[in-house]
Amino acid sequence: MAQKSSALITLKNAGLNRGQRWIVRGVDLAVSRGEVVTLIGPNGAGKSTVAKIAIGLERPDEGFAHRTTGLKIAYVPQKLSIDWTLPMTVARFMSLTDRISKRDANEALERVGIPHLAQREVRNLSGGEFQRALLARAITRKPDLLVLDEPVQGVDFAGEIELYDLIIEIRTSLDCGVLMISHDLHVVMAETDHVVCLNGHVCCQGHPHTVAESREYRALFGDRASKALAVYEHNHDHAHLPGGIVQHLDGSLTEHCHLDDGHHRDPD
Amino acid sequence: MTILDDFFARAIVAGVGVAVVAGPLGCFIVWRRMAYFGDTLSHSALLGVALAILLQINITVAVFCTSATVALILILLKRRATLSSDSMLGLLSHSSLALGLVVLAFMSWVRIDLLSFLFGDILAVSMNDIAVIYGGGAIVIIILVLIWRPFFAATVSNDLAEAEGMHPRRTNVVFMLLMALVIAISMKIVGVLLITALLIIPAATARSLARGPEQMAIFASVIGAFAVIGGLCGSLQWNTPSGPSIVVAALILFLIGLLPVTYFLKRNKSGDVGPNYVP
Repeated sequence: MAQKSSALITLKNAGLNRGQRWIVRGVDLAVSRGEVVTLIGPNGAGKSTVAKIAIGLERPDEGFAHRTTGLKIAYVPQKLSIDWTLPMTVARFMSLTDRISKRDANEALERVGIPHLAQREVRNLSGGEFQRALLARAITRKPDLLVLDEPVQGVDFAGEIELYDLIIEIRTSLDCGVLMISHDLHVVMAETDHVVCLNGHVCCQGHPHTVAESREYRALFGDRASKALAVYEHNHDHAHLPGGIVQHLDGSLTEHCHLDDGHHRDPD
Repeated sequence: MTILDDFFARAIVAGVGVAVVAGPLGCFIVWRRMAYFGDTLSHSALLGVALAILLQINITVAVFCTSATVALILILLKRRATLSSDSMLGLLSHSSLALGLVVLAFMSWVRIDLLSFLFGDILAVSMNDIAVIYGGGAIVIIILVLIWRPFFAATVSNDLAEAEGMHPRRTNVVFMLLMALVIAISMKIVGVLLITALLIIPAATARSLARGPEQMAIFASVIGAFAVIGGLCGSLQWNTPSGPSIVVAALILFLIGLLPVTYFLKRNKSGDVGPNYVP
């Protein structure tokens, strides 16, 4: 694709080698202001690694990663466990890396829909509440670039759409770039400007429609996934049992539901 | 000055000074699960004592340098990450303690009271020691306040702190040096074997009472100070060794602190289903 000169971050042929093994290699990627770029790919494809290279947590062993000077990043990591020994309210968590005024903090919490949780201890939040708190904290930084590593994990479906809509809205109101890692193909495809499909290397990238129709994408996710982008609305083809277990229409059980696991009917 | 002429008053002033500094540092040790790390650093202090006597230099300076060196070695080894870190710490912790004891034994020409280094000799604290404790303590507190936000952020998530423009590695090194300094100034109070207890127990006690990290740090200081006062009074009363008495007092405070925990938890839970509760 034609890369804009105003890119906030640019990866050129970036690769990371760990223990004689290339975790990712040959990654080209650019995120510009006001653009949502989504990384998709199977587990172990190196999505988080690419994000880490992009924001400077890992130095590429090959190629280069460039960030504009003075780039303000807000990062929502994939895993963040708050130890029991650490007492911290949501309000305190908001000013983790920045001094945040109470008003800004409350405003951000209101925006993500959890203003009532400001005085709650972070470790007592549910998965969905915690993701919202993470997002709220990221907003208050007013970043140039928002990096989200699976921002909707542990969020129920209605909340998922809400959060994605919120991310898009944040992009517009802050005019920041968004680099997002996601598993939710159907939503991602509808909301993203640019998709990078990753599996150790960049399989394909481009506009969601282009990607969904590419052969590499189909090979990676199957035909169903490429049709999935056509439906933004949810096709409810599975039931939720207690304990977060999902039962598909064909009766199979799983803890994590993926569109491409072969248990879903074709959305047509 | 008249009050400080009394050895017992000097002991309390010195002990409270150490406890106040140890509180916030101990919180980070608890949060970052570094208890064994602290043990390793403090055990290496005995090696510092041996070197000080051997080279005839100031004990506090020698202990600081030894602990700081061990800390930096550990940081480097951790980056390599070849050995599992707890066996690594166990190896360094006890070998440096043993090494210190062996080196001391070799120096047959000096007669030192080994027990006072192992378990502290707070009742022999001089005015000079108090000056060192308060001077060093002030430095530790000031630097800790300066690195508080980045270091706390890195404690919650290293990646997040680094991604958002902080320098976790740098603050980590600074914190190690602070720990070495605290060990150097508190060795005389509780001894190398018990320093970790003075760092950890007040912090653990403060956990159940505090609502925020800063509050926990302050509570830990206050609880530590009470443990020192209680322990010293107890040791005077029952003629028990002072260092261990302080640790026992801290333990008693911890056990008392356990009592209201259930009460607090219950209150917290019932608060969850209050009028503001939104499922």
